[in-house]
Amino acid sequence: MSARSETMLWIAQRATAALLALCVLVHLITMTVAVQGGLTAAELLGRTRGNLAWAAFYGLFVLAVAIHAPIGLRTVAGEWLQWRGRAADVCCVAIGVLLLALGARAVAAVTL
Amino acid sequence: MNLHTWRHRDHPAYWASIVHRVTGILLALFLPLHFLALGTALSGDASLDGFLAWTDRPWVKASEVALVALLAAHLTGGLRLLFIEFVGWRRESQGMLLAAAGGAAACCALAFALNLF
Amino acid sequence: MQVGSNLDVDVWRGGAEGGYQRYQVPRQDSQTVLDVVTWIQRRLDPTLAYRFACRVGMCGSCAMTVNGKARWSCRTHVAKVAQDSRLTIAPLANLPIVRDLVTDMREFFDKWARAKGQFSSTATRRDDFARVAPASSARKEIDAAIECIGCGICYASCDVVAWNPAYLGPAALNRAWTLVNDSRDGDQSARLAAVAGDAGCHACHTQSTCTERCPKLLSPTSSIAGLKRATTRAALKGAL
Repeated sequence: MSARSETMLWIAQRATAALLALCVLVHLITMTVAVQGGLTAAELLGRTRGNLAWAAFYGLFVLAVAIHAPIGLRTVAGEWLQWRGRAADVCCVAIGVLLLALGARAVAAVTL
Repeated sequence: MNLHTWRHRDHPAYWASIVHRVTGILLALFLPLHFLALGTALSGDASLDGFLAWTDRPWVKASEVALVALLAAHLTGGLRLLFIEFVGWRRESQGMLLAAAGGAAACCALAFALNLF
Repeated sequence: MQVGSNLDVDVWRGGAEGGYQRYQVPRQDSQTVLDVVTWIQRRLDPTLAYRFACRVGMCGSCAMTVNGKARWSCRTHVAKVAQDSRLTIAPLANLPIVRDLVTDMREFFDKWARAKGQFSSTATRRDDFARVAPASSARKEIDAAIECIGCGICYASCDVVAWNPAYLGPAALNRAWTLVNDSRDGDQSARLAAVAGDAGCHACHTQSTCTERCPKLLSPTSSIAGLKRATTRAALKGAL
């Protein structure tokens, strides 16, 4: 990969990090409030079902994470497993696709 | 032969970087499980309720607090990095940045734990 | 100060395959680690190989690992670092060992060159002097980073150097930063390309051990963060 592409990956990771900072903050607050007095499916789904705002929020959250996590894991693979190159990059893309697919399914499950 | 002893790593910024990496890895491993758990709602509310009932065990509750701690630590540590990288590095601010990151993460975990139990 | 007592000094002997050899060295007033190594080589074991030059903290040649931390041995007082009168002295980490306490510094300086850590002139002797305002922010960035003497302590202390063989390292990137801020230099776009990417500034994880250990109190952490901003700007403008 060229220095330019690697720089763009780094920028993508930092940009999604900034977006995720906002998403995670909202998520932490939501969770902390929601677990008060125990969590039930009715309570959770009552908040998110048919709600376009939550769908958009969690959809964006999933997209950001699907970009942010694989780029980080790629660095860990290179530095701690000494695994670099085309195969490692393909594996990271696959992880991104998996997170996107499972995440989109989870968002659909709670908002549709 | 390994000349890498641990003694030159005995400073806070180093451990902050290790915490950031380890929390990132653990969160990445947890995420698919989280998505799958939420996905049980596709089979109906009862399915999700069944899963939530399973989580009503002390070790699961403790793990939830740990996960929130991991998430909060990765968030605050990441904000510290974004500050250093995009706003700038000043020697005199480093201690405060680390303390703020650590303190904020601890508060998040504590707030969650208090609401959980 | 216990003059009359001895130090137990374990010194690395051999190459990558080698081992620690123990010597007994008498304590002296104001003794430095370089004094200890010199005493061993002159009185006990003339086969011990080590580097030094100025002896007074100006050249950086005597850098070695003392009790686990990379230091200038000439400026490390035994009284300050020897717990229970024990010293462990090894060559700098992250570099091939030539023999005993001597490391092969070629890769360290090769990376300096790969990071375009050398000035690229745009003027000749027939041109007027360049005007650089000392109080300008660019010149202040240079001033904060320019005093590096290439001792290798930061490079030896960096985990990313250990984990990533291609990583240019804190010293090379720090020097590149001083040139990125130099308004007289004519090689800026090539330099930004040289310091960007997985082998460059983007591999730094802000562990900051370089900044902790630097005897000149420089901050490669700060310089590398600056390079991240400069390369980001260039990449987003399509200029990288």
